[in-house]
Amino acid sequence: MAFWTWFGLSEGKATTAWPGRGSEDGQQGVLGMPRYAPELCEAGCSECAAVCPSGAIAVAPGAPGGITLDYGSCVVCQLCTEACPSGALSPSQDWAFGVRRREDLLWSPTAQPARKDGAVPRAFRRSLHIRHVDAGSCNGCESELQALNNPFYNLHRLGIFFTASPRFADLLLVTGTVTHAMLAPLRATWEAMPEPRFVMAAGTCAVSGGIARGGYACGSGLEGVLPIDLYLPGCPPNPSAIIMALLALQGRMPERMARDRHGE
Amino acid sequence: MKGTEGATVAGEDMPEIARALFATGGRMQMVYAWQPEEGVAELRYLASPAESRRFLMWRCRPDGEAPSLAAIWPAMGWYEREVMDLFGLGFRDHPEPNRLILGDDIAPPFRAARGAAEGVERRGADVPRGLPELDQPDVQLLPFGPVRADVLESAEFTFFYVGERILHYHPHLFFKHRGMEQRFAGLTPTAGAVMAERVSGVGSVAHVLAYCQAIEAALSCEVPRRALYLRALLAELERLYNHLHYLGHLASTTTLKVAEAQGKLLEERVKQLNARLTGSRFLRGIITPGGLRRDLAPERWLADALVGLRAEAARFVDLLEHSDSHRDRLITTGRLSRPVALDQGATGPVQRASGIDRDLRRDHPYAAYAELPLTVAVREEGDAYARALVRAAEIEASFALIERVLMKLEEGTVHEALSAVPGAEGLGWAESPRGTLFYAVHFGADGHLKRVKIKSPSFSNWRVFPFTVHETNMMDYAINEASFGLTIAGCAR
Repeated sequence: MAFWTWFGLSEGKATTAWPGRGSEDGQQGVLGMPRYAPELCEAGCSECAAVCPSGAIAVAPGAPGGITLDYGSCVVCQLCTEACPSGALSPSQDWAFGVRRREDLLWSPTAQPARKDGAVPRAFRRSLHIRHVDAGSCNGCESELQALNNPFYNLHRLGIFFTASPRFADLLLVTGTVTHAMLAPLRATWEAMPEPRFVMAAGTCAVSGGIARGGYACGSGLEGVLPIDLYLPGCPPNPSAIIMALLALQGRMPERMARDRHGE
Repeated sequence: MKGTEGATVAGEDMPEIARALFATGGRMQMVYAWQPEEGVAELRYLASPAESRRFLMWRCRPDGEAPSLAAIWPAMGWYEREVMDLFGLGFRDHPEPNRLILGDDIAPPFRAARGAAEGVERRGADVPRGLPELDQPDVQLLPFGPVRADVLESAEFTFFYVGERILHYHPHLFFKHRGMEQRFAGLTPTAGAVMAERVSGVGSVAHVLAYCQAIEAALSCEVPRRALYLRALLAELERLYNHLHYLGHLASTTTLKVAEAQGKLLEERVKQLNARLTGSRFLRGIITPGGLRRDLAPERWLADALVGLRAEAARFVDLLEHSDSHRDRLITTGRLSRPVALDQGATGPVQRASGIDRDLRRDHPYAAYAELPLTVAVREEGDAYARALVRAAEIEASFALIERVLMKLEEGTVHEALSAVPGAEGLGWAESPRGTLFYAVHFGADGHLKRVKIKSPSFSNWRVFPFTVHETNMMDYAINEASFGLTIAGCAR
């Protein structure tokens, strides 16, 4: 006979104090989007754009360093950081990229001011109910979303819950590249939500179509399908990145504080 | 194709070949189509013989329709339907010729002129998803999905039921079909690895490993020893977090809340170790054709971390074993008999729980598995409990394998350069946490990928699963589904 209650109590608390206190977000070593230093770019070099499998890097004469970089299309494969001969693109732990405006995911020489006002009314700050829809993912995003309810992250403590019915949901959290077959069920789910309703594109597939963009079976993510209130690229976004994005949506944390891990 | 013994045959000979294979204890694995040149469609049949370590591959270019093998090997039925949907080829006398992957209104994206009969009439194609006709007023129909409760992958399940009793069950699994195989076309081998890692997220290592081994077979590349050992290490870490998640999820379906939390906490710990080791919680971005993209330094710290985790996992499994409420719900639930498992193509822990002793790591060794001690857990009962026991045993086996890898790991290089061979073909395979995974790759004349076929374990096991649902009851359904531990991304691709 197993005494699970006794076992659970004797194991003690497994939940991290982050993001309230401490820095134990559980992402030690996790690599994020490449960091870009255009002043190191070699003239005429386009190695990064040649290896990028998702079209996040494009040659653009006139742009700083001669390339444009769209974090909304980045699948975090690190190929560009390996191909770059000059160190202009380097691996980083910058994985928290939840933003309200799509254009903020394009690299630009000037850092955007961190917005703190949130995308939802204040009433949702203490309680947010999420309906998740998988619109054609690799299951990586689902694995990380499921992790939010494990004892380490314990999403409930932040007043954020997943709900089964769209009728109870405030936020539609969409993962995946939006396949042709999922288009109608996705729209139906959104239609069934009461207003005000909000939409988050989670993972690079939902933001831009990701690695599957351009095939015969799928489109290019959620853009143009539903109005998007928050973009969170990542392949997949890790649970802490998802938490930071949700808190940014609620205005409880500034969105993408800088091009750095926690804005240090 | 490198990695196989091949023969060119006439399409009409395949039924005879398939019967002979059945009689000798071999096993048909899959059929797929590709276009070696514009307008020409070729079929490739893959089989594993009973005794040999070589896989068999037959190729044929049927004129018009090919004979269906579904009556001899039922598991081939879905592969043939996929070829019909995607290439517009016909299979004569197919028992369920309706659409599988694509909707009825979508034309085959790879229709080839020759070998693909224009306007092949698909008998039964007008029956939506092949559902049986319902003429009894007391039988109720429950369509569930594709958007389901909780954070789950999208799929639609149709139940025909009376009260608690399920009379018939039909899953529709291809809402998520992304056309991933086609996305490989035109890529370099290196970029293809990034694609393979994103076919099934929780199977990233198995997919990229099978893919790379196919590339390496095609291009005759010898991978350095250290890379082979580290690949085995990564594959076992993937198995660990998958199986721990599996046990936690299974406990949630039997409402054992603390056990669910513990299983998912242990899964999280492994994912955090994964990130420390490779920079990715899913162990992505390391394995590449020719070896590894960079060396890893796991020796001391990983071994130390795993000692504690191994003890905790063992205690967790032991507590589950002693939870009567949990075992009561699993024993006799979702029983899969050995003949059905064999006929319908069950693979991985699912087939091993039904008495079929197969494991690619032992039977067709790759990476460093030929030099590692592997115990393959097999049970005879075929129920949800047996499936859980097999996975629990595999957790301990994975810890033992990792321990040995870390002991035997030698210094050395981890990457060997590849040189392109236009028109090369290769087969790669891996025993993923869910079972047999094959990648067949074909290079084009330009040295880039032309066709990649993925035979995923979830595609196989989803085919099997409904046979354990018909004539059971609603209360057991969620437990049974969890006990199979399938993904939909891997199935739909």
